[in-house]
Amino acid sequence: MMDLLLHGVPRHALVLLGLVLAALIAAPWFANDYLLTVLIVILYFAYTGIAWNVMMGFAGQLSLGHALYVGLGAYATAALYVHFGIGPWVGMPVAIFISVASGVVIGFLAFRFGVAGVYFAILTIAFCEFARVGFDHFGWVSGSSGLFLPVSNYTRNDLVNLRGQPVMFYYVILALTAVAFVLCHLLLRSRVGYFWQAIREDEVAARSLGINTFRYKMIAIAVSSGMTAPAGVFYAFYYNNLFPEQTFHILRSIEIILGPIIGGVGTLFGPIIGAFLITGLAEVLQEFLTAYGLDIPGVKRVFYGVCLLLVIMALPHGIWPPLARLLRLDKRQEKSKEPEA
Amino acid sequence: MPAEIYLNVAISGLLTGLVYGLMALGLSVIFGVVRVVNFAHGEMMTVAMYLAVVLFAQFHLDPLLMMLPLAALLFVAGYAIQMTLINPFISRPEHSQFMLLLAMAVIIVNGLLIVFGPDARSVQTSYAFDSFAFGPVIVDATKLYAGIAALLVAAALFSFFRFAPIGKAIRACADNYTGALVVGLNVKRLYALSFGLGLACVGAAGAIIVLIVDVTPPLGPQMTLLAFIVVITGGLGSMPGALLGGVLIGLTEAMAGLFFTPSAKSMFSFALLVLVLLFRPQGILGKKPS
Repeated sequence: MMDLLLHGVPRHALVLLGLVLAALIAAPWFANDYLLTVLIVILYFAYTGIAWNVMMGFAGQLSLGHALYVGLGAYATAALYVHFGIGPWVGMPVAIFISVASGVVIGFLAFRFGVAGVYFAILTIAFCEFARVGFDHFGWVSGSSGLFLPVSNYTRNDLVNLRGQPVMFYYVILALTAVAFVLCHLLLRSRVGYFWQAIREDEVAARSLGINTFRYKMIAIAVSSGMTAPAGVFYAFYYNNLFPEQTFHILRSIEIILGPIIGGVGTLFGPIIGAFLITGLAEVLQEFLTAYGLDIPGVKRVFYGVCLLLVIMALPHGIWPPLARLLRLDKRQEKSKEPEA
Repeated sequence: MPAEIYLNVAISGLLTGLVYGLMALGLSVIFGVVRVVNFAHGEMMTVAMYLAVVLFAQFHLDPLLMMLPLAALLFVAGYAIQMTLINPFISRPEHSQFMLLLAMAVIIVNGLLIVFGPDARSVQTSYAFDSFAFGPVIVDATKLYAGIAALLVAAALFSFFRFAPIGKAIRACADNYTGALVVGLNVKRLYALSFGLGLACVGAAGAIIVLIVDVTPPLGPQMTLLAFIVVITGGLGSMPGALLGGVLIGLTEAMAGLFFTPSAKSMFSFALLVLVLLFRPQGILGKKPS
């Protein structure tokens, strides 16, 4: 197991990874409340980005509706907690099951009928929008008036029910992100991972080599949607309120994929670096604009859009591939780091 | 409910659907030729809508008169956008193109928010409350004018692609990229023309739809989604398909609003889209990909 985990990884990469992890574990001792909140948001997007990357980055299936799986996970656990008092860790398998089931249904319908590329992307948007309007009229979870979790001022951290202070949530999302990272590292080196990459590069060629592309694309969507559901559980218990209009909004799906695309699609570190940059950029812009009295609604997002435009024009493969070359991490790795041929 | 109500609502949905169709026609032309999905389509239309609102408020120019000037303006904008920003992205992967257009959409939505604020703007024409009675059926004058205007613009575009030499050259580009290069067509310029034509549809549709729909900055993303639903239902890349899809979606929305609640109407459009994608992924009038 350890051998599989570490085989072919350059030693200085491990040292660097250890340093980053140590810094993240130590962060709550140095960060103030504001910085801690920002770090939680960053890790949340790193986690969802990693989950999305399994489908797009590894298997080449562009999903623009990942807010669906976040939302289903969030609503499933929140409803269980509010209606039956069932805690989030018991609710999580249910959430994962529901997300995977919906992912599998979407995947089955799409891949069985040969829906691919742009059409698949728009189908995923359609299902997410469908859920948004559906939940708006779903009375059991309070429809458009929103589902609220009971909140009080917590002095003690209750990990079992995920009720507590930001520090606890920070470590929960850090642990989730770390597990997801290691899982993806293992997946990329597994048989499934190689099949995915073959499908991503050239589906026809992969099929002619005897890969059952339908089955492996189904596995990709199942793994990705299942990994996304815990992010929804975290979202529900961290923010304590769920509105279909917000949770399933297309902007939520877009936020999820910004990090991996800016960081580098198909790479392990891309989603994490991307999340740091995207969220960091938004926060820095906010500070900057407030300092110069330019805090008019919309100004921040215009700057944000311009930055996205510049990054995507200058770095077609994202930030991680050139950064990896700079840090000499691209050598001695079995897989190609290029997102596409 | 008396039977005329169904007919009235159906006709109103059909006329609105024609305007949706014209907007989606722009998306279809762009995708059919350039093979780029314009994820900022609705946002670009809201720009045209705001221009129509400003022209009406300042100079009392009727949006239907401003249809052609706005189409021309957006044509120029589209030509410039394709030449400078999108042409370098032609051979890049889909998610990269998506990011580019998404960034443009974000800039447009929030730029409009800065300039016009979050309040809804509308145009109050002198014929806003007129209607025609055809026997028991009552048709809203605004919607009738809007539907006819949309049909005229679409007809002009069809004849351009059918008869004009440049229109034929653009279709050649769409059919066979390499072939078009081999016979010496300037593909980059034809791409820019196509994007310009796509946005000209959007400009005309924006001027027309302002008569029916109030404009706010967040309307952009909603209209982009609507354009997707329409073209995929009709057939992405098929021009008659876009109009047909528009009419179908317009009818579905109107009927869902009548039988259920107006807030659930988009659910029925999405349901229609899902059904079409599953049983005829290329759309009702789309060609099967080879």
